[in-house]
Amino acid sequence: MALLEINDLGVSFATNDGEVNAVNGVTLSLDKGETLGIVGESGSGKSQLAFSIMGLLAKNGTARGSVKFAGEEILNAPPSVINPIRANRIAMIFQDPMTSLNPYMRVSDQMAEVLIHHKGMGKSDALRECVRMLDAVKIPDAAGRVRLYPHEFSGGMRQRVMIAMSLLCRPELLIADEPTTALDVTVQAQIMTLLADLQREFGMATILITHDLGVVAGFCEKVVVLYGGRVMEQSPVDPLFADPSHPYTRGLLRAIPRVDQEDEDLDSIPGSPPNMTRIQQGCPFAPRCDFALPDCSEHLSPLTEFEPGRLRACNRSLEEIA
Amino acid sequence: MTTPLLTVEDLRVTFNIRREGDMPWTKPRALRAVGGVSFELMQGETLGIVGESGCGKSTLARALIQMVPATGRAIWNGKTDLLSLSRHEMLKYRADIQMVFQDPLASLNPRMTVGQIIAEPLTTHHPNLKATQVKDKVKAIMDRVGLLPNQINRYPHEFSGGQCQRIGIARALIVEPKLLICDEPVSALDVSIQAQVINLLVELQRDLGLAMIFIAHDLSVVKHISDRVMVLYLGRTMEVATSHDLYADPQHPYTQALLSAVPIPDPVAERAKVMIPLDGDLPSPLAPPSGCVFRTRCQRAQSRCSEKVPELSRQNHAVACHFPGPISMPKSIIEPA
Repeated sequence: MALLEINDLGVSFATNDGEVNAVNGVTLSLDKGETLGIVGESGSGKSQLAFSIMGLLAKNGTARGSVKFAGEEILNAPPSVINPIRANRIAMIFQDPMTSLNPYMRVSDQMAEVLIHHKGMGKSDALRECVRMLDAVKIPDAAGRVRLYPHEFSGGMRQRVMIAMSLLCRPELLIADEPTTALDVTVQAQIMTLLADLQREFGMATILITHDLGVVAGFCEKVVVLYGGRVMEQSPVDPLFADPSHPYTRGLLRAIPRVDQEDEDLDSIPGSPPNMTRIQQGCPFAPRCDFALPDCSEHLSPLTEFEPGRLRACNRSLEEIA
Repeated sequence: MTTPLLTVEDLRVTFNIRREGDMPWTKPRALRAVGGVSFELMQGETLGIVGESGCGKSTLARALIQMVPATGRAIWNGKTDLLSLSRHEMLKYRADIQMVFQDPLASLNPRMTVGQIIAEPLTTHHPNLKATQVKDKVKAIMDRVGLLPNQINRYPHEFSGGQCQRIGIARALIVEPKLLICDEPVSALDVSIQAQVINLLVELQRDLGLAMIFIAHDLSVVKHISDRVMVLYLGRTMEVATSHDLYADPQHPYTQALLSAVPIPDPVAERAKVMIPLDGDLPSPLAPPSGCVFRTRCQRAQSRCSEKVPELSRQNHAVACHFPGPISMPKSIIEPA
């Protein structure tokens, strides 16, 4: 049985401008210890997808479909079901470590809180465990720094504190939402190496949400490409980069300059990302797609497997976009 | 030999920092944001400036147009020292040096229409132009950067991030500058939009013969757009070389570490890549290390590095390091990929 099974998940928000469909019909599954990358640009729905799994949607948001964690339905589940799972068995790391840590609480207090609440530990045991975890994320002098406030750490160190905090209960699933976007490349490299080591050591499944295809290439086994709230392509990491099957993925890969290759021209994708307030019938990428035909704006073929383990949602066949 | 458009010599920017709780008579501490940077920029050339946050790359750019006070010299066209000009005298040169900022929406006044925003530099520097002339010029430049001229009466919030950045570029280009300073112009944009703006900048630069200083933390973007690249660390130049040489054959250990940290969007190449780990954090610019500022995180550091500041060598491929050389690492620091 898969650890996480998402079936036809949809997320929508009631706003003054009408209903916004942030996520439409996402289906995916994740096994124990597997690393999945969710790639998309801003507005593709990648963060809302994660928030809906965790039951953290904003008040005006509703989620439909099904999310099963270890066989148990957790989408829209009551607090009595979701609370013992959240932070305990599914943990999350957020993008901005400064705004996700409580500036008024010492790191020791906010970390210990997790263990006291979920594991029923005593304060001193919890504190000892916190120091051990801060050591594990390679914070120098962890015992001395655990009593500091978040603002006394640098950006990279704060993100380490966040990671340590999310791992306290040894979760089975870790969701990292753009964990390195706010950091410099050298710090990003440190954090991603650390995450990969911890992921192996703890054997936890990890969902990495990012816009950076480079980070995905280095970290994930499986990748889901989102655009306009829909899954465009899902594939193991190697064939996705070697032979992308969707016009959007291809466009994306041609649009990024590479540090390891001689200068090539960048092919930009014309136009701009879709306006999510308009209800889309067809493929959200159709207005920007080189291969779009009139029927693309009317309907989108469902995600279908074209090779073992590889799925694509496109009205045009692979030969047609070759 | 032609005169460079801009010659910067020993540019230094120091901020006086007062700490919370300091008494009014306590001497403020000096934070040296830029510590003696020199470079030349030729007409039509693009100089990329890279470095991590806090390395002084934005401060350097701001110092050139006197947005922050600086010492040293910045010779424009072989004649005028920009840093010695008074505010009033500087105004003349501001039309020649224009800037594009990072956050596209925040750098546009939300209460002005696009037409007013783009026209403002023009009416400031050429107050005698007729309104119809201004409007024609605005429409022409909007068309040039890929905006629809009929959007002239709209407000910034009606545009997407990429379009806002085009407005910022149009505003900079309308006074026909000779030098365009771009401070992280694409870092707030999505990947697919980023390529559009980069391509636009490359095309404009080629067509208009602009010189450009392109500041970014994204090394692959800088590589793509620059003729020469300068690497900064804690306000000091570590390495300057042509884009090709710097990326193909970096000589400074910091450049090597920086390049190895860039994730490559190709799983095979990414796994084969040799990472040079850079441990620890950037030292505080209030108390930079003695000698070479990079020595605290450097794999090659010797006792000499803490005693003597390495000079930037005077070659085409200039390095400020006591032990420069290609990546030939002892086994101990190579991590298995």
